Amino acid sequence: MPLFDRLYNFAHWLTHNRDEAEDLVQETYAKALKGFSSYQPGTNFRAWIFRILRNAFLTSRSGLNEYSLDDPDEDNANQSSLPTDPHTPESILLGRLDRQLVRNALDQLPVIYREALLLCEFEEMSYQEVSVTLGVPIGTVMSRLSRARRALRDTLRKGG
Amino acid sequence: MACETWTAKLDTYLDGELPEKEEPALREHLRICSVCASNALDRMRIKRFIQSAAPRFHPDPAFRARMQRGISTPHVALGSWRRLAGLALSAAALVFLAAALSTTYLRARAQEHQIVSELIDLHVATLASANPVDVVSTDRHTVKPWFEGKVPFTFDLPEFEGSPFSLVGGRTTYLNQSIGAQLIFRLRQHNLSVFIFQQRATGGTCSNAEEGELNFHLQSWSRNGLCYFAVGDVNRSDLAKLSALLTS
Repeated sequence: MPLFDRLYNFAHWLTHNRDEAEDLVQETYAKALKGFSSYQPGTNFRAWIFRILRNAFLTSRSGLNEYSLDDPDEDNANQSSLPTDPHTPESILLGRLDRQLVRNALDQLPVIYREALLLCEFEEMSYQEVSVTLGVPIGTVMSRLSRARRALRDTLRKGG
Repeated sequence: MACETWTAKLDTYLDGELPEKEEPALREHLRICSVCASNALDRMRIKRFIQSAAPRFHPDPAFRARMQRGISTPHVALGSWRRLAGLALSAAALVFLAAALSTTYLRARAQEHQIVSELIDLHVATLASANPVDVVSTDRHTVKPWFEGKVPFTFDLPEFEGSPFSLVGGRTTYLNQSIGAQLIFRLRQHNLSVFIFQQRATGGTCSNAEEGELNFHLQSWSRNGLCYFAVGDVNRSDLAKLSALLTS
């Protein structure tokens, strides 16, 4: 089963629930098998099957509860903090990172930020691949990544 | 350009997505601005920490086995559309079970499917990687020597000039904790992988066989104590041609 472990990992991060993640993966493969005629040979298979999973989550009960297509801070997407001291907030932050803290911080991210960050950091997808998987323009991908990282840093600074 | 503008580009730069023409200017700024350089370094450290420290969730072995056998148990508590997905897999499972004659056959097939799945995963992951090969060359006289000392075996590579296949390069890879070689080939618009492992790494799953999952096909053969697996989203006949070329 292509990308089984990676799909499960992504599904678990989206659903926060083992049973729902299993259902999501199962449904993904069922839909992939059924709709394989829609896959264009030679194109990005990974983005194609991740998109199936993501769309399945989008229409699930937990996905409908989590997703908001409104991105209220879209206009502020390019803002970022500028450290003015060599002991930057990030430096102080790095001194007390641990796995649980990072997990909590990722869990707290709104799902539209979390999924973009996971695809970029865990799956090492290019912006183009993330764009195809999420079905949004590359500019939106960059915006969500920027805001995801800013939100993550803010959460980590507060100690989770 | 003000530091604020450079800072806005840092994450894109660290993701390897900054347009090439902008990189020299950003690097020059990081060279002369210690604040931005420190910011970039810390962002990279956080990025790497997230990649390495954030938990990875692994599927339960029973779920993996169930998926591999094509058997699902619909969750009663879930909606009907999820049950339909489970029933679809159950129907496929019944067909599969009807073809199976013994538990020994099932175990052997499960192991073969596991190998096939892992190799297809490796192939897909390689193609999606920003650095799909460690040695980039179309010349077999460059690629083959590169593997010396890196893998505990040697293998032959024929001349590909005049064939429809072109060698892209290679990398080392792992299967069942055993190191092997992965060669990448190009055929028209398709990329193919040929994995080479010692036979013990494959648990004996190395015969003249053809397998497939979704649109990926795999053909395996053994030669001189090594197992070869050709994987790609091409026709079986194309894989057979590559196999014939490599065994010539």
